Amino acid sequence: MSIYPWFVVAWLFVVGLWGVISSRHLVHQILCLAVIQSSTYVLLLAIGYKNAAAAPVFATNPPTVPAVDPVVQTLTLTDIVIEATVIGLLLSLAVQAWKRFGTVDPDRLRALRG
Amino acid sequence: MFYMSALAFAAFFVWGMLRLPAFGYYQGPYGDVINSFVVFERHATDAVTAINFDYRGVDTVGEEFILFASVTGVALLLRERRDESASEERARVAEGRAGQTSSGVKVLALAVAAPSALYGWYIVSHGQLSPGGGFQGGVIMASAAIFLYVSGEYLALRHMNPISLLELADAAGAGGYVVVGLAGLIASGTFLLNVLPLGTTGEVDSSGTILAISIAVGLEVAAAFVLLMMEFLEQTLEIRQRRRV
Amino acid sequence: MTVLQMAALTIVALGGLAMVATRDPVRQTLMMSLYGLALAALFFAFQAPDVALSEIVVGSVVLPLILLLTLAKIRGEAR
Repeated sequence: MSIYPWFVVAWLFVVGLWGVISSRHLVHQILCLAVIQSSTYVLLLAIGYKNAAAAPVFATNPPTVPAVDPVVQTLTLTDIVIEATVIGLLLSLAVQAWKRFGTVDPDRLRALRG
Repeated sequence: MFYMSALAFAAFFVWGMLRLPAFGYYQGPYGDVINSFVVFERHATDAVTAINFDYRGVDTVGEEFILFASVTGVALLLRERRDESASEERARVAEGRAGQTSSGVKVLALAVAAPSALYGWYIVSHGQLSPGGGFQGGVIMASAAIFLYVSGEYLALRHMNPISLLELADAAGAGGYVVVGLAGLIASGTFLLNVLPLGTTGEVDSSGTILAISIAVGLEVAAAFVLLMMEFLEQTLEIRQRRRV
Repeated sequence: MTVLQMAALTIVALGGLAMVATRDPVRQTLMMSLYGLALAALFFAFQAPDVALSEIVVGSVVLPLILLLTLAKIRGEAR
């Protein structure tokens, strides 16, 4: 059962991709992008995990206790900040698309007028 | 058609990940190395925050500037354009409609706003001791302003959060991080070197520049997210298409 | 691999499917908050409290706010 995390990562990625492709509303598409991003978080944390190890916080444990990898957790933390900012920018683009073209259906937003 | 290619992609993806070390048998040296000396070297008990602000501090400078740039981008995209108008009167109407907020929501939101600002400050200042740090505490501090909005006091919120002050705080936070790094550069030639006294492990003022950077990042993140919220609120509640007569 | 981690992974996988299958954006916003909570539980099970805290604050403070304001703007202005 130790390959289960990799299946979940692939599943989240493919399901999110299906949502992005088959979407009919820009905001729905943006949230499916968030699902794809979350699959990378799970992958990073699954790589750094060690069996029967504690969290990398040594406030009550002495530093000799085995702990999981803190470097991938830092990368995932940065990644979550990036997700929040990217979604903010994409939502303001969706608002502008609504104001310009009157629709948020990505299939009808075809013409790129200057 | 998509399902077949998705299945093939997923099969390749899983096959590639099977080459990784099995789940739970982490082999890489870096995690173990850092876990063994982060307490002794930096007097910080939270390894993740120490890596974020000290060992890999330059990456976090980039991350904070990404946040800064994206909030600037949102402010640019949602600005009042030539064929639109924002007005005080609409803001008053918005508050009038919001005056129908149920008193239960109002009481709860106003009661929780100040303690959440304090809690956010606690998380920011104890970043090197327990899970937390600049980013998480900054967002919790920003949630105090969000509670004010939820309680229906939109005009009070606008007067208390003038956009120019928020932009100043955002820039001060981002610049503060670089100033701490330059202090390290001036003191001994390495950008972001930890030059402040390290103190005793377990005290709030331990681990040198990690606390200073945590406070700068907390200030920047709180200001950035409140600014983001004010931009979206102004766009939704005030700006309307000006009717061409 | 503990039972808790397997259960958390299963809930996250189902939550991802539910997020994509919900077509109405307002309902999907609520689903996003619940998905963020499930992800945070998974991160706690993987012994990553910092990451879980970050995911909780982003998924319940920042994202629902800007999503709901955008949806109000998109639906509010009658054309």
